[in-house]
Formats: sequence, structure tokens, C-alpha cells
Amino acid sequence: MSEPLLSVRDLRVSYQVGRNFVHAVDGASFDIPRGSITGLVGESGCGKTTVARALTRVIAENAAITGGQILFDGKDLAKIPEREMNALRWRDIAFIPQSAMNSLDPVYTVEYQLAEVLRRRGGMNRKQARARSEELFEMVGIDANRLNDYPHQFSGGMRQRVAIALALALDPKLIIADEPVTALDVIVQRQILDQLKELQTRLGVSVILVTHDISVVAYICDRTVVMYAGKVAESGTMQAALTAPSHPYTMGLRNAFPDLQGAASGILTPIEGAPPNLANPPTGCRFKPRCPFALDICGTEPPVVDVAPGHPVLCHRANESAALRIEAARTETWMAPA
Amino acid sequence: MDGPGMNMITKRPDILVSVFDAKLHYDVGGAFAAMRGKSTVVKAVDGVSFDIRRGESVGLLGESGCGKTSMGRLLLKLEEKTGGTIHFNGEEIGAVRGSGLKKFRSKAQLIFQNPFDAINPRFTIRQTLSEPLENADIPKREREDRIIAALELVKLPEPAQFLDRYPHQLSGGQLQRVVMARALILQPEFVVADEPVSMLDVSVRAGVLNVFRDVRDRLGLTAIYISHDLALVRYVCERTIVMYLGGIMEDGPTEDIVREPLHPYTKALVAAVPVPNPDQSHDPLPIGRGAPDPRNPPSGCVFRDRCPAAHARCAAEIPQPKPVGTRTVACHLY
Repeated sequence: MSEPLLSVRDLRVSYQVGRNFVHAVDGASFDIPRGSITGLVGESGCGKTTVARALTRVIAENAAITGGQILFDGKDLAKIPEREMNALRWRDIAFIPQSAMNSLDPVYTVEYQLAEVLRRRGGMNRKQARARSEELFEMVGIDANRLNDYPHQFSGGMRQRVAIALALALDPKLIIADEPVTALDVIVQRQILDQLKELQTRLGVSVILVTHDISVVAYICDRTVVMYAGKVAESGTMQAALTAPSHPYTMGLRNAFPDLQGAASGILTPIEGAPPNLANPPTGCRFKPRCPFALDICGTEPPVVDVAPGHPVLCHRANESAALRIEAARTETWMAPA
Repeated sequence: MDGPGMNMITKRPDILVSVFDAKLHYDVGGAFAAMRGKSTVVKAVDGVSFDIRRGESVGLLGESGCGKTSMGRLLLKLEEKTGGTIHFNGEEIGAVRGSGLKKFRSKAQLIFQNPFDAINPRFTIRQTLSEPLENADIPKREREDRIIAALELVKLPEPAQFLDRYPHQLSGGQLQRVVMARALILQPEFVVADEPVSMLDVSVRAGVLNVFRDVRDRLGLTAIYISHDLALVRYVCERTIVMYLGGIMEDGPTEDIVREPLHPYTKALVAAVPVPNPDQSHDPLPIGRGAPDPRNPPSGCVFRDRCPAAHARCAAEIPQPKPVGTRTVACHLY
């Protein structure tokens, strides 16, 4: 495999809440290959948005990167001075925030907002910026004569397209999109995902898609990073995550949501309990309180085990994963957690 | 006479809810728009007819703005219809007032979408669940038992420990069970659930859906499940009604709709649902971009400007619902 575009090593991000520290990201490691779409999946509070924001160093005031490395193009983004980081934003790394639909400024036209990025960050003059804006609108499938419209004149799906155009403005190497289709209807969602995939392939850009929806990840991602309670439970190719999930949490998720292609009589199996409070996480494996396969050893910090090349799993029983998968497919397994 | 909505008049005892030509038109106003001769009326529900049998679970499926939530509110008389009739247990609900309305409210209940908004944060769980009992004049000494029974019904373990807690002390899944318990505490016959799991995480969602199915079967409830997610509707409803821009496009057994959608809109909707399978089709959706302005829908069939199969007749004539096999479809192709 060629050198990855981005390599995150043991990343830690903490929030200060009152006198306590919440370790929202507690030692996350993963790679983002060039020209790929990677899904960063997990439930609310698992740290996926915090990871995404840490990569651009746009994090909350009460948060700090407390450890680890973010290696991007030979630089460690966790360490470089703010001035250098700022130069990378938009030009090398673009971020589409969670509420992209609301992230556009309502009092300026869309063209003004595109021009702001193109001129201030990209050093273009007015004419070049206009030409590039038209080109970008064409790429995301919006008529260029709508450049002078205000955000409220666009529908939700169109605003999402504008947000994508904005992210593509300066030809970045990496786009981080936080829940880009969550608030959209299925049909619009699908159209936006198709557009994103098409542009990603054509431009060769890498995309990190942060989402809670595994089906969305399955639809367009090549790779996936599954997070649970501030840690990476497992990462690997999409194919591996769907056909050979190796962390009990991923196995459980697989049973928990309805699949339109699955059998009609299938029963959904929840994972009992709720994710832990990160201000006071359990010792050892964080999934242990909900895991049907937990043993005494799970009270100690789990190792990272490569179950296959490029498929690391954070679990004491990772080597037994093939057997556990068979167990996990049975509803009874999840009825009474250990 | 036969057909949806007519059955109440002919008194079929197996029908609990009968809707005939229901309309809900909002005037979204604007004196300026009116002066410029622009339409200011949004037809959120426009001429909808269907019957619901006792014990049936029906999914109202559609995208935002299709009128599914408005339809649900009409059924519960939370919104006054602007046309048509809705019969509940043989009685037209439009005219129900006073004690009759109170009785109706105890028989027909809503399960809210967002449990964090649906419960007063300053009420304990006991207060939250006492309120409907007070309104229904249930004697005080019976209330505690009814509350415990309702919480047991929704499978909250050791319900007594929750009574004096406040909503913020509960997880999302627990809170949605409390919302469900509140809707069920007066032993309704009919519940409308409006996207009850959309705010919950995937791993806890399944638990709430299972409780919903279990309670419904045990109490023999008649249920409407409103959602934009066909996979969820399929999990809880044997029948699905597909809505688009205030009208019904297709109505029939959920399994048939999933396997072989007939209406062109349903076809696009089914194709758009992402599935956790890396080999799924990436073909472009058979639908045009951009939903029309609801104040100004197309003439004839409301779906025609996005429909790949539209022809001249679709602009001229509103397609009437027709029986096609097990289903009813409103499309000129059939």
C-alpha cells in the first residue's frame, strides 16, 4: 500500500467540564489512504465529530489535543503552529460542518461566500473567482445563474450541494464531511451521495464521512473506522466491516438496524444498556458492560490485534472473532449481557 | 356503496378508522403574495381516503412535506380538517366536543417524535404519568398502580426506581419508553407514532421498536406509524400508505411494496433506501430532481414533473386510486 494521505496515531482530545476532564477521544489511531472515502461511524458521544474537528484543529474552546500525532503530508498537524495550520485549511483540508445547511451565512449571497474563500484563501482576483464559482456550481449540478441567490432561496439538498462546492473550491486533498446527509430525505440523500462519490472519483480527493448511519457508509465508502466511547473499535475495508465484523460492538450494530434487503421476519436485536459516561469510563474495555462475550480479562486494557492485514481490532478476543460472529448472529446472545 | 371512507356509513364493525376525502389546507398567508395574485394555500392533505381495520398497523411513509404528519394530526383531531370526513368507531370526529372529546382523547393517543421535547423537564416521571390519569378522572389511589403497570408494559426494568427521577436523569431509550407509557396509560385503542425512534442511536433503537411491536400485539392496538424510513416501517407495519405532496400514491401490504413497488414515486423511494450491503445498486434514481413548490403543485398528477413515465394524460387528469392486485395505486399507468 502506498503512503497514506493521513495517519492518525494515538490521538487524544479532552474537554474540560467544570473541574473534570472528559476524554472524548482517548487514543484513536487510523489511516486514510489517498483517493478513498472513509466512513467514520459511531453513536452520539463516541467522539467521531471531535476526531473530525481535531483534524482541522477547529475544536471547542474548552477542548485540547492532549496527545498523539496527526500526520498529513509529512507534517504533524497536532504540533504545527496555528499560522501554518491556518494555511492548510480550505487549501489542503476542507471541512463541511454538521449543520452544513445552516453553516452558510444568511445575509450574504452564495457567490459572495464562495468568492471569500477563492479570493482570500486562493489568491484569485474577482474575475477568476467568478469563473471558478461557475465551474463549481456546474460540478455540483446547480445552475450558475443561482450564484447570486441567498442561502434561504435554496432547498436543503441544494444548500448541501453549495456546501460541497465550497469544500471543493480550492481543490483540497482531503474533505471532512460531518453528517452531510443526515437531515435530508432518502431521495435527496441518495442524490447527494452519488454526487459526492462521482466528484471524489473524478477529482481523486480523499473524503472522511462522519456519520451514525452504517447504511450510508456501506453505500459510498471504501473503508470504515468504527468508534465506540472515544476509541477506535475496529477499522478496515468496507467489505471486511460488513462481512467479517470482528469487534463485538460492530457485530451488535449489524443486528440492530433494519435492512430492506433482509428477511421480512427478521427480528432486530438491540445492544442492551447505553454507552458509558466518558467523564468516568469503565476500566479496561469500554464495551465490556454491554458485551455478551466479556471475560474477566476484559477488565484490563484491550490490545490492538490485526485480524487481517489492514484490519486492526481493539479486543481481547479478536482472535476468536470468527467463532464470536456466529454467536453474535443469534438474538439470544444479546438478551442477557454478562 | 363501498370503498375507503364509505365503510363507516355502511357500518362495517371491523373498521376502526375511516377517512374519506380528508383535506387540510393551510393559508400560509402574506397579504403581499395575495395582492400579486400568488397562491398562498398549502394543501398539506388533499383528498385522502383510507380505512384502518381494528388491530391493523399502518405505516404512513413519505418525505418531509408530504403531509404524513398532518394526516396523523387530523386522525387525532389535533388539527381540524378543512374538508372530508373522519370516522372513529363509527362517529364523525369533527363534531365531537366536551365529554365526548375527552373520551376520544383517551382512546386515541400520540407517541411523540422527540422524547427530549415531549416531556416537561421539570416534572418527575411520576408527575408526567399522573397527568393523563388526572385528566381522565382516575381516582388518586389507583394512579400509582397504573403508572407502575404502564412502565412495566414498556419494559422499563424496576419501574419504581424511575418514579422520582427527572427526564435528564434518563437515557434517550428510557425516555422514549416513558413517552410510550404515557400514551398507553389510559389504555387507548388507537395510537399514532410519529417517527418515535428518529432521535435515538441505532443500538438502542431496536429495543424501542421491539417494545412498540410487543405492546401493540399484546393490547391489540390499532396503530399508525409515521416515518420517512421504509426499512423501519417494514419492521413494524404490515401495511403501508405512501404519500406525496398531500395525496396517497400507493397503499397496500408492506412486503409487496418493498418487493415490487408499482407507483413510479414508490419505485424511486424504494431504490433510494441505503442497505448495509457493499454490492448494492448505484444506478441513478428514476426520479427528477427537486420537489415542486407545495403552494403551486403541478396540474393533474402531483408527481408528474419528476416522473420518468409521465405522459400527456398525467397533466390533464388527476389519477384516481385504482385497485391493482393487493394494492391501491393512483397512477395512469395502471
